[in-house]
Amino acid sequence: MNAGKTSGGRYMKRKVVNVAMLVLSGASAAFGLFWLFWILGILVRRGAPALNWAFFTQLPTPPGMAGGGLANAIVGTLMLTVLATAMGVPVGLMAGTYLAEFGRQTTLGRVVRFVADVMTSAPSIVIGVFVYAILVQPMRGFSGFAGAVALAVIMIPVVVRTTEEMLKLVPNALRESALALGAPYWKVVFRICYRRVFGGLTTGILLAIARVSGETAPLLFTSLNNPYWNFDFTKPMGTLNVTLFNYAMSPYDDWRSKAWGAALLITLGVLCTTVIARLVVSRTQIGRS
Amino acid sequence: MAEASPGTTENQRPSRKAPAPWGDILFKGSTTAFAVLVLALIGTICVVLYSKGHLAISTYGFKFLWNTAWDPVREDFGALPSIFGTVVSSLLAILIATPISIGIAVFLTEMAPPWLQKPVGLGVEMLAAVPSIIYGMWGLFIFAPIMARTVQPWLKSTLGFLPLFQGIPMGIGMLTAAIILAIMIIPFIASVARDVFSLVPAMAKESAYGLGATTWEVIRGVVIPHTRSGLVGAVFLGLGRALGETMAVTFVIGNAHRISASLLNPSNTIASTLANEFSEATSPLYISSLIELGLILFLITTTILALAKFMLWRIEAQVKGMPR
Repeated sequence: MNAGKTSGGRYMKRKVVNVAMLVLSGASAAFGLFWLFWILGILVRRGAPALNWAFFTQLPTPPGMAGGGLANAIVGTLMLTVLATAMGVPVGLMAGTYLAEFGRQTTLGRVVRFVADVMTSAPSIVIGVFVYAILVQPMRGFSGFAGAVALAVIMIPVVVRTTEEMLKLVPNALRESALALGAPYWKVVFRICYRRVFGGLTTGILLAIARVSGETAPLLFTSLNNPYWNFDFTKPMGTLNVTLFNYAMSPYDDWRSKAWGAALLITLGVLCTTVIARLVVSRTQIGRS
Repeated sequence: MAEASPGTTENQRPSRKAPAPWGDILFKGSTTAFAVLVLALIGTICVVLYSKGHLAISTYGFKFLWNTAWDPVREDFGALPSIFGTVVSSLLAILIATPISIGIAVFLTEMAPPWLQKPVGLGVEMLAAVPSIIYGMWGLFIFAPIMARTVQPWLKSTLGFLPLFQGIPMGIGMLTAAIILAIMIIPFIASVARDVFSLVPAMAKESAYGLGATTWEVIRGVVIPHTRSGLVGAVFLGLGRALGETMAVTFVIGNAHRISASLLNPSNTIASTLANEFSEATSPLYISSLIELGLILFLITTTILALAKFMLWRIEAQVKGMPR
């Protein structure tokens, strides 16, 4: 009788603890999403009013003067991202191909995989310092090119790892059947393996682009900033991110409101790219496997 | 793999020769070269940072690490306040983020109904995709004022006897920076924790359930002990991220080169010092000192991240050797 009661009590206690812990875990998930929605909500509320036609078409005004836009910075960001992608993606694709096709068991493969993993999370500001030291100092000036190099360095490890992961998904039977038909190995990889995981590779590249288009730290002392139109990669180049940093820190209300507009624009760009990347990969994975 | 047959086929039909292997030699050579390039990159970063920071290293020696001065006018530079701020803000962020991240991972793997897993998982991933500078701006204009008005005065009135919570509640400072860092690293820790949780063999969990364990008992008794080194790896990964985080911290930490016991006071991190001062530094010694700071940050974060990687490898190897 008595024993039954205590075991019933213990059972209740176990159940209560269980429910309490599960509620706590649900609460932490809600906690994470709470910040996301708070930040996004604020961005839309403060940023949307700043996004007008002039924002996309005009140059910045001098400090304190209302009006104007950030057209040059928008174009600058796009130019830097395109150049960085053109430099970083081929390197990442090739190195990732090595890891998947030749380096699965080799020492070089293991070391490169390890280094790429570490570099993915390495502080981007240090990459900025590095590029400053190798490009800005010797060339005696800040330049858009230096900024693009910094972004490319950040992209490379991301592309390396996703390329490898994707190529590893290609079944060996496919490689072997192509080789058995007499195709040289490079053709097997480029024409068959790449095509098989095209969606996955695209995702990797898009994620790398999303990653760098939100980066500000490595641009602060490489591409610097420029309030005018500039299509010359050897000169300082305005970007949305650095402009946002300068404007947000300024005492002018008009600049701050533009900073919110820039913040909304950057976040929309990054989040949309991320979502598209996810959609591409989930569609191809489901379609093929 | 194709070694067995070619001898005979070649003898029978000499006209059907395999094409010259130049394409494949070139293919292997060039991909290897790019792999080596990635390797060379990290080496070059170390060498360049060391050589450009050499002026400061030879001027101050090891004293740089514990000197608390930062005086560009007298050219007296020390890294201790920045290192202190970096380490304290990151550890505080880890303290806040770890339980929440594990909670999220538990929710996503063991608890959420399937229709909820995907949107919540995506939401957490979005949290990781929001750029650092957005966190910083939101922190400075929205979060810091709230901290100054409500949270910090409350902390002062209830826990103000501790040296941790003294000073003026300004909103910006160590505590605000740490909370924002925590929000930023939660998605990273949570996603790695979720991955290692899903490595636990279903058999082990089902055995525990079969013995009558509750969900929480399965998590505490089977899942967490099984994945301990993976969880440590996840936390280290978060720590590595937090140590190098720049823009968000630069906005809210207050940028003061001093060491203070109070979490309400403005402080500094290596990354925020670099972001604030690098483009304005003029004298060679000043620039060199900043580059040495960058080298220190790079060495600390790569060490932490390497440890994280090592822990995660261990758990993967462990799981592979087990029946599923």
